[in-house]
Amino acid sequence: MTPKTEDELSEIIKAARDPLQIRGGGTRGGAGTGALLETGGLSGISLYEPGALTLVAGAGTPLAEIDTALARENQRLAFEPLDHRTLLGSSGEPTLGGVAATNASGPRRIQVGAARDFMLGVRFVDGAGNIVKNGGRVMKNVTGYDLVKLMAGSWGQLGVMTEVSLKVLPVPEMIATLLINGLNETRAVAAMSRALGSPFEITGAAHAPRGVDGHPVTMLRIEGFETQITYRAGELKKLLAEFGDIAVETDQDRVAAGWAWVRDVALMKDKPGDVWRFSVKPSDGPKLAAALGAEDILLDWGGGLVWARMPEGTDARTKMGDIAGHGTLVRMSDGSRGRIPRLHPEPAPVAKLTDGLRARFDPRGLFNLAPVPA
Amino acid sequence: MQMPTPDARVLSRKAEIVDRLRGVLPADAVIDDVAETRAYECDALTAYKCPPLAAVLPASTEEVAAVLKICHEMDVPVVPRGSGTSLAGGALPTADCVILGVSKLNEVLETDYDNRFIRVQTGRTNLSVTGAVEEQDFFYAPDPSSQLACAISGNIAMNSGGAHCLKYGVTTNNLLGVTMVMMDGTVVELGGAHLDAAGLDLLGVICGSEGQLGVVTEATLRILRKPEGARPVLMGFDANEVAGACVSDIIKAGVLPVAIEFMDRPCIRACEAFAKAGYPDCEALLIVEVEGSDEEIDHQLKLIMDIARRHNPVELREAKDADEAGRIWLGRKSAFGAMGQINDYMCLDGTIPVSELPRVLTRIGEMSKEYGLDVANVFHAGDGNMHPLILFDANKPGDLEKCEELGADILKLCVEVGGCLTGEHGVGIEKRDLMHVQYAPADLEAQMAVKDVFDPNWLLNSAKVFPLDASDARRALDVAAE
Ligand SMILES: Cc1cc2nc3c(=O)[nH]c(=O)nc-3n(C[C@H](O)[C@H](O)[C@H](O)COP(=O)(O)OP(=O)(O)OC[C@H]3O[C@@H](n4cnc5c(N)ncnc54)[C@H](O)[C@@H]3O)c2cc1C
Repeated sequence: MTPKTEDELSEIIKAARDPLQIRGGGTRGGAGTGALLETGGLSGISLYEPGALTLVAGAGTPLAEIDTALARENQRLAFEPLDHRTLLGSSGEPTLGGVAATNASGPRRIQVGAARDFMLGVRFVDGAGNIVKNGGRVMKNVTGYDLVKLMAGSWGQLGVMTEVSLKVLPVPEMIATLLINGLNETRAVAAMSRALGSPFEITGAAHAPRGVDGHPVTMLRIEGFETQITYRAGELKKLLAEFGDIAVETDQDRVAAGWAWVRDVALMKDKPGDVWRFSVKPSDGPKLAAALGAEDILLDWGGGLVWARMPEGTDARTKMGDIAGHGTLVRMSDGSRGRIPRLHPEPAPVAKLTDGLRARFDPRGLFNLAPVPA
Repeated sequence: MQMPTPDARVLSRKAEIVDRLRGVLPADAVIDDVAETRAYECDALTAYKCPPLAAVLPASTEEVAAVLKICHEMDVPVVPRGSGTSLAGGALPTADCVILGVSKLNEVLETDYDNRFIRVQTGRTNLSVTGAVEEQDFFYAPDPSSQLACAISGNIAMNSGGAHCLKYGVTTNNLLGVTMVMMDGTVVELGGAHLDAAGLDLLGVICGSEGQLGVVTEATLRILRKPEGARPVLMGFDANEVAGACVSDIIKAGVLPVAIEFMDRPCIRACEAFAKAGYPDCEALLIVEVEGSDEEIDHQLKLIMDIARRHNPVELREAKDADEAGRIWLGRKSAFGAMGQINDYMCLDGTIPVSELPRVLTRIGEMSKEYGLDVANVFHAGDGNMHPLILFDANKPGDLEKCEELGADILKLCVEVGGCLTGEHGVGIEKRDLMHVQYAPADLEAQMAVKDVFDPNWLLNSAKVFPLDASDARRALDVAAE
C-alpha cells in the first residue's frame, strides 16, 4: 500500500485489521511484521526558505532530494544523519520520515544536536486513523506539548509521519580535521574532552583504535571561516601538545570522507557478528570498550557513543556493569534474532509510560510491533 | 479569565489535608494560613490572582513524592511552582490546589567538566547554574531575561529560551536528564549524563509540558565553555522591510550570530528617552552579536556590515570594545523597564516565519490604531520570536480587556502567517483559550492523551494549556470517580 495523501493513509489505517509494517526507504531492513505500508507517495519538498533556515517536506521524500535542494543554497542538515546502508549492507533510498522516526544523527550530535533538535514540526496519522499536527515551521514554539520530540525516534510505534519541518543550517566556508595518532582509548577520550571543553567549537570528536590503516587514530573536527580554521587549529595544537603531534587535514573531500567513515561506521561494514551502539557518559567510553572485549570498537561523540562489533549471540548489555547508559543492537545476525532484544529494556515506571503511550496512540497494536530488522 | 469551579469536597477537607501534609514535612514547610498563602496567589501575570488552599515547600525528592502521594490519595489538585516568574499564568493557583514550591531544592549535586554537564536540584535559579561553573569558564546556555530569578524547574516546564538561543538552542536542546515525581508519588529517571535517552523521547515531552505531567526535582544540564569574546554591531534602517531583508541575508551568508535583536520605532523612542543609549531615530534597528576571538569577531562583523551596507542603513555602528558593546546593548536591555515607566504593558511572544516580519509589523501597526493602544516591538529576529508590548492603563476601566483583545488578535495573526501562539513563555492560562486557533480538535486530543497517561486523574496543573471546554470531561473524571 502506497497512499498518495494523508487522507488516503488515514482511510487505510482505519480499515486495517492486521498489523502494518511502515516503510520509508527500507534502508534499515524490515520494520516489523504485517502488510507493507509505504510512505513513498507522500513525497516532495513543499516549502524551502533559505533565509528562514526552514524546509518542509513529505515523510517519503528521499533524503538525496533534500540534500540536493539544500546544497544549491549552500545549506545542509547539520545533524548529519547516518546512512544505514553502509553498515547493514541494505539498499533503498533513505527518506526524511525514516531519519525522523529513528532520530538518526551523526558525529555533529555533540555540538548541534540530534534530528530531534532540528525537527520543528510533524504531521502524522495515529493508530486510530486520526490526522494530527504538532509544532510548526518556526524556530521557537512552546505552544502545547512537544509531540515532535515524541515522534522523533519513536520507530513508527505511535503513528505514521506524513510531513516533517526542519531547521537547516548554512554550510561553513571550511571544514578541517585534526588527527592524532597512536593514543589508547583512555588518552584519546582525555584529549577529546579537553578539546570539547575549549572555546573552539569542536563539531566532531571520534577515536578508532584501528583506523583505516590499522593504527589508532583520534579525529577532531572544526568548521567555520578560513581565518577561524587557521586560528583554531593553531590554538588546539597548543592545547593538546602533550598528546603528541597533530596533523591538520584541510582537503575538503578527504575531510568529508573521513567523517562519513565515522558517521556510517564503515569500519564494521561487511564483517561478521552483531553491531551494537551504546550511549554513555564520554569518560565511561573507554571503560565500556574494555569491558565489552569487542572485535572492533569505534568511539564517537567524544567517547560517549560506543560502536562495538561483537560475536554473534552475545548480549553485550550484560557487560555494562554499573555503567549508566543504553545499548541498541543495530545490526543483528541470524544467531541473535529472537534471542536478544534490539532496544534497551526500560525500568518499570518508564516502561509503564511507554506502554501507556503506545496503547493511546496505537490502540489496536497495528504499528511496527517488533521494530527489529527482518 | 474563566477558571474551573473549585472542588467543594477538597475545600471542605482542608484541615485534614493540611494535617496529613504536616505528617510528612517539617512544620514550616506547610503553609495554610490564609494571609501567608497570598505570597503564592499569582506569578508574573499579575492581572490574575487566587490564593491556594495551601502551599508546601519540600526539600527533597522523597518529600515531593510523599506530598504527591497524599494529594493523589485525597484527590487534591497540585500546581508546581518554581520562582513564579511565568508570564503566562503557569503557576497561578486554583482555590482548591496545593502549591508545590521547589525553592528549597536548590543544591548543585554534581559538576563534571570532562563530560560537560551539571546536575542540580531544580529550584536552583538559572543564573546560579552558570554561577556554579563560571570559575572554570563554563556556562549554561539558555538565558531568559528573568535568569536572576527564574528556576530551572520553570525553565524546563516552559522550555524557556533566551537572547542567545539562535546559536545555542532553548532549554530542551540543553537538557540531558531529569528526576521526576509522578502524581502518584512514583519517582522516574529519564536520560542522564549520556546523550539521547533510550526508548521514546519522554524527556522531550516533559520539557515544555507546563507542570502537567510530573514534578521535576533534579536535572542534568549540558554546560559549555564560554566563548573567548562577543561583540555587537548596531544598524538602523528606514523601513521594517529592509531590516527584515537584512536579517535574512545575514542568515543566508553563513554567519551564525548568537543574537539578532530587532526594535521598531515606538520601542526605539521609548528606550532612547529612558536610557539615552544614543540610538538613531529610525524605523527599525538591529543589534547583531557574534562570538569568538578578537580576530574572528572582526572578520564576522565585517561580513555582516558589508551585507548591511547593501541595504543602505541610516546608521551602522560597530562595537570596537566592551565599552561600546555595553552602550549598544544598553537601550535594548532597558526596553522592558522603559515601557514599564510609560505605562502598564502586556508582553506577547508569538513566533512567525522570519520572512513574514514586514507584513506582520505593518498589520500590528494598523491594529494598534484600530484599538487605540500603542504597541512597541522588540524581539529576537533571527528566530522570528516576536515580543509585541501592548501599552495600556490598568486603572482605566476596560483598558485591560481591550488590551487582551488586541493581544488575541495579534496572536491570531501570528498563527495565520504560519507561526504560533507562543515561542518561549508558554500557554498557561493566558493563551489557553486561543489553542483552538492553532490546533484542530484531533491535535489537542493527541496532546491530552499524553496527559492521560502521565496523570490519569488530571490533578496536576490541569486548568492550564488546554481550553477548558476541551478538557472539561477529563477534569471532571476525578470527581466522577468517587
Ligand atoms: C521580566 C521577565 C523576563 C522574562 N524573560 C524571559 C525570556 O527571555 N525567555 C523566556 O523563555 N521566558 C522569560 N520569562 C518568563 C519566565 O521567566 C519563564 O517562563 C521561566 O522559565 C519561569 O520560571 P519560574 O521558575 O519562575 O517558573 P514558575 O513561574 O514558578 O512556573 C512556570 C511553570 O512551571 C511549572 N513548574 C514549576 N516548577 C516545576 C516543577 N518542579 N516541576 C514541574 N513543573 C514545574 C509551573 O507549574 C508553571 O506551569 C520572563 C519573565 C519575566 C517576568
